[in-house]
Amino acid sequence: MAEKVLVKGNEALGEAAIRAGCRYYFGYPITPQSELTEYMSRRLPEVGGVFLQAESEVSVVNMLYGASCMGVRVMTSTSSPGFSLMQEGISYMAGAELPAVFINVVRGGPGLGDIQPAQGDYLQATKGGGHGDYRLIVLGPSTIQEAIELVMLAFDLADEYRTPVEVLADGMIGQMMEPVEFPEMRSLDTLPEKPWALTGAKGRKPNKITSFDLDPYKLEEMNLRYEATRKRIIANEQRWEEENIEGADILVAAYGTVGRIMKTVMEMARERGIKVGLFRPITLWPFPYKRLEELSKGVDTVFTVEMSGGQMLEDVKLAVKDNAKTPFYGRMGGVVPTPEEILDQIESLVKGSENR
Amino acid sequence: MNAKVVMKRPDSLSKIDFTYCPGCHHGIVHRLIAEVIDELGIREKTVIVAPVGCSVFAYTFFEIDGTVASHGRAPAVATGMKRARPDRIIFTYQGDGDLAAIGTTEIVHAANRGENITVIFINNAVYGMTGGQMAPTTLIGQRTTTTIHGRDPKAAGYPIRICEMLSQLEGPTYIERVAVDTPQHVMKAKKAIKKAFENQINGLGFSLIEVLSTCPTNWGLPPVEAIKWLQENMMKFYPLGVYKDKTREEAKEGIV
Amino acid sequence: MTNKLIAAGFGGQGMMLLGQLIAYAGMLEGKHVTWLPSYGPEMRGGTANCTVIVSDKPIGSPVVATPTEVIAMNIPSMLKFSPALVENGKLFLNSSMIDREPPRTDLEIIKVPANEIADELGNLMVANIIMLGAYIKKTGILSQDSIKSALEHKLMRKKKELLELDIKAFERGTALL
Repeated sequence: MAEKVLVKGNEALGEAAIRAGCRYYFGYPITPQSELTEYMSRRLPEVGGVFLQAESEVSVVNMLYGASCMGVRVMTSTSSPGFSLMQEGISYMAGAELPAVFINVVRGGPGLGDIQPAQGDYLQATKGGGHGDYRLIVLGPSTIQEAIELVMLAFDLADEYRTPVEVLADGMIGQMMEPVEFPEMRSLDTLPEKPWALTGAKGRKPNKITSFDLDPYKLEEMNLRYEATRKRIIANEQRWEEENIEGADILVAAYGTVGRIMKTVMEMARERGIKVGLFRPITLWPFPYKRLEELSKGVDTVFTVEMSGGQMLEDVKLAVKDNAKTPFYGRMGGVVPTPEEILDQIESLVKGSENR
Repeated sequence: MNAKVVMKRPDSLSKIDFTYCPGCHHGIVHRLIAEVIDELGIREKTVIVAPVGCSVFAYTFFEIDGTVASHGRAPAVATGMKRARPDRIIFTYQGDGDLAAIGTTEIVHAANRGENITVIFINNAVYGMTGGQMAPTTLIGQRTTTTIHGRDPKAAGYPIRICEMLSQLEGPTYIERVAVDTPQHVMKAKKAIKKAFENQINGLGFSLIEVLSTCPTNWGLPPVEAIKWLQENMMKFYPLGVYKDKTREEAKEGIV
Repeated sequence: MTNKLIAAGFGGQGMMLLGQLIAYAGMLEGKHVTWLPSYGPEMRGGTANCTVIVSDKPIGSPVVATPTEVIAMNIPSMLKFSPALVENGKLFLNSSMIDREPPRTDLEIIKVPANEIADELGNLMVANIIMLGAYIKKTGILSQDSIKSALEHKLMRKKKELLELDIKAFERGTALL
């Protein structure tokens, strides 16, 4: 077993990328993820990699586009306003089927917002974000250890499906420290071949990478190909965690940081005689609709808790349908809910249904 | 009879027909680039980054690997490519709307970093693909579909001189403005383009060649008159010459 | 057993480091730990605080509404965080800078003249380590050796004299109680 180290989340995210075989990082400073940019600037030269601080997030995403065209594993990290600026380029990358990993250490919004942890970018992340018909694979870590694993997974999924992948973290995961174990450094020789890359038309026809065709029928064909990939992803890549489901008085749906806080809430609830089950989606896209639908048939209430005004709630409702009630509790603006306040909500919901 | 080949299609040009209008200079510049790539023997390791605009199809016209960047971002895409594979030859091909309006951030910073890439910049003083609107390079008084009474600097600002502006930076290695209006100028343009690629091969850094070009369709002029208009108007505001050359001792000696 | 500490002071009083040392020492002892900082403009001279949890069980929420201990290095920190303490919680006060009582009577108050002792040791920068000594001695949640190992780890690339000073400061803190 590897040795445990105490690391800050932002630095762990960067180290995980390097261990996944990423040697190219383009970034732009923004709180609360700047430690990640700084970490890559120090660490990448040590492993023969390239770090470049770009002039804007708009340039960053296009540098990712370029580097990905050459067949290498490439990543950037940013926080909410910066991720908004990258949407144009991400749409182009989705259309050009270019793999890359984006880490969004989400902060309070909209607009300039603040720099505290939030989950207000869920819809932007999971429903496309830029123009056109596409989805990103979106992974929502709830601990630093899980963030490490999901960053490594993100690179594999990006290459396998030729798509940008987003790791949707938040300011708390970025800023906190806890002990973790890192997996071994992946040998670059084991990375997948990319015969489509623009490495020069030597002994083959030229490769062309584009999201572009003026002929609507041809562009529709391209879109059908993207759609087929999405269907494969939906069929193969749904991930979630469920805990304490059997005989639960109430099922809570929460992801990321709130999913983690729920662990404490469940324990406190048990002491008060309430059995709380947890459904924690790990792939936010593809959202595990089917599993949540099954689970919702066994409970009265599926209670969604988020650090937003109710964004994942829309997916929860799509899954639950009329099987159960779908109340919501959220904090916004970068306020992190305490276990106590979530427990109060649960208590009144459970009592409410007993009195019914 | 033994026929000697004196003229042929360059290997680096694909068999796809150009989509450009009659009299447009894109085709000439494409051929020059293809000839240079052939002559330097770099076809199998050269990658084009095409822009958004009339030359959006440029990535298909060359028999080399290629992609299309989003509008104005080609220098950032090329940066990512070159940093990932420094042994490949990367060039962007950009129009004036692409490079001098929406893409000013990217071109300024790629130049300032001295990225070891080659930029071919086509300046025809108008937005072509979208139908003849004002470009940042449109001359004062020039009529376009968004300046129907002629460009008025009070409302629309002044034309922007990219070579002059970028040559103020420390980063770039070689910046020259050329034209392809006469055989002599075509020869000179080819020499400049060749040097811009050689600089990259030799690891010398950022090179940009601006080519003054015609747009007969959107200027509303027959091709020959368009060349005349270019010579009488554009060349006065955009003088040909070398604006920066770190590879020579006297950097500004060549200004015409 | 779960200890939930909020350590607060002016930016520059070393509360982030104090929290990291506890978290690191906890990890060395095989415990579950989390360290969560306040971050943002307050780092530049305003109030800075961190939350440290040390537990025998996996930690869910790293956010703490009701700490079991509070370390307050100045008056604003005491006023902000002492009301949140659990009943009969421990409040560590830097009595060199806090000349008044907290607005609660149930708390166990531990007064540590951290700045004065640091002055005696010739370096005001170690006031946080003196406080750390008092905290570890009073709570007994971690061994003093683990904290010394954490100090060595944190100061690995710095000067040896600094480590000696820190160890001395830590021991002065533990000797207070």
